[in-house]
Amino acid sequence: MTEFGAIAWAVRRDLKVAMRRRGDILNVLGFFVLACSMFPLAIGPQREWLQRIGPGVIWVAALLSVMLALPRLFEHDHADGTLDAMVASGRPLWALIAGKLIAAWLVTAVPLLALSPALALAFNLPASSLPVLVGSLLLGTPVLIGIGAITGALALGLKSGPVLMTLLCLPLYVPVLVFGAGAVEAQAAGLSPLAHLALLGAGMLAILTLAPPVAALALRISVE
Amino acid sequence: MNLFRFAATPVFYPLAGRLLPWFTAAAIVLTVAGLYVGFGIAPTDFQQGEVYRIIFIHVPSAWMAMFIYLVMAGYAVVTLVWRSKLSAMMCRALAPTGAIMAVIALLTGAIWGKPTWGAWWVWDARLTSTLILLFLYLGYMALVEAIDDTTRADRAGALLLLVGVVNIPIIYFSVRWWNTLHQGASVSLTASPKMASTMLTGMLLMSLAAWMYAIAAALHRVRSMIIQRERHTRWVRQLFA
Repeated sequence: MTEFGAIAWAVRRDLKVAMRRRGDILNVLGFFVLACSMFPLAIGPQREWLQRIGPGVIWVAALLSVMLALPRLFEHDHADGTLDAMVASGRPLWALIAGKLIAAWLVTAVPLLALSPALALAFNLPASSLPVLVGSLLLGTPVLIGIGAITGALALGLKSGPVLMTLLCLPLYVPVLVFGAGAVEAQAAGLSPLAHLALLGAGMLAILTLAPPVAALALRISVE
Repeated sequence: MNLFRFAATPVFYPLAGRLLPWFTAAAIVLTVAGLYVGFGIAPTDFQQGEVYRIIFIHVPSAWMAMFIYLVMAGYAVVTLVWRSKLSAMMCRALAPTGAIMAVIALLTGAIWGKPTWGAWWVWDARLTSTLILLFLYLGYMALVEAIDDTTRADRAGALLLLVGVVNIPIIYFSVRWWNTLHQGASVSLTASPKMASTMLTGMLLMSLAAWMYAIAAALHRVRSMIIQRERHTRWVRQLFA
């Protein structure tokens, strides 16, 4: 039970920390909405254009929002020494990281999921594509956070910060973006989005098992 | 024979120094021969005219760009499992060459694409995945450069390489799938079934030249890295005494 205990402890702790810094959650949401609203301003308000680019824009904005929130995952804990204590605690590090990832998903991705239908309507997407959009984000965001945990652990405490994270994360995010935005587009084109969603789900299952131990290894490399 | 003996830097440094001139010479000779066969002897292509000759540079560099990443991933495994310092240095020494090869492949692809496809850049599956490969190289180099502690940089870079190498096939197939779904203006280059044997010879020579160049460049870089990292050891001081 120690693993589950460690996971539950980390989830509770990170949720508590996040609730005391609610501004961070709102900042990410604000970024998400703002990034999406730049596109109609840039290309014009024609409804059919917006409908065409909508899924892609919302997905790219979600991806960048998750990436922006990643430093919260380890950097604060690294700065105040909590992370060193976690590594030295003797508790399974992968379980602590798994807990942190669950908390990060609840705090970062769930608000994005909740807001995405509204943005989809702003981009004039038909109501029938909303479940696919939310579903693709539901399956895709854990992968984004999982990959981000690995790269974030590798880049722990480095001064190059966000620019380096962009360079490390975005190339690895390509498949998620392709399948995520592709699911919505396939549905809009009258095809079944199930193939895209199934691949996203497979990616999610893979990352759920791989991200915690690999991120734990990365953290040990960075801390020791 | 124990291969790990060569992983000791005092053994590897002079060995690399002895091998370096041979690989350099082979790279030069093969490049000259390959360019001569490719641009002098190989016949003009029936469909594409003279512009096809860029493949003698394009294809070998694209191959090397992919292959070098795999080699780096191999060294990354050695780095993580045996904590070998030399393999980590090999990763770092190979990275710039791999990135350069990716840049050359992209540039020559664009130059070839303009007259053939009528556009400098099309979001073709292979072009796009090569671009992402270039970013993987740049990310690796940026990460290891950003970390001051050598051991951490080596091991963090090795882990990133392994994450990248697992992702490369996924990225490639996702991009290819994306490309087939978005039937764009891109014309896929289907290799002509019968390639003149001189063309094949030229390509083979240029590929070997790219191999030799990559090995020579990596050995040269790894020698500089050994000297820099071990400048305080006695054998390096004796070397420059």
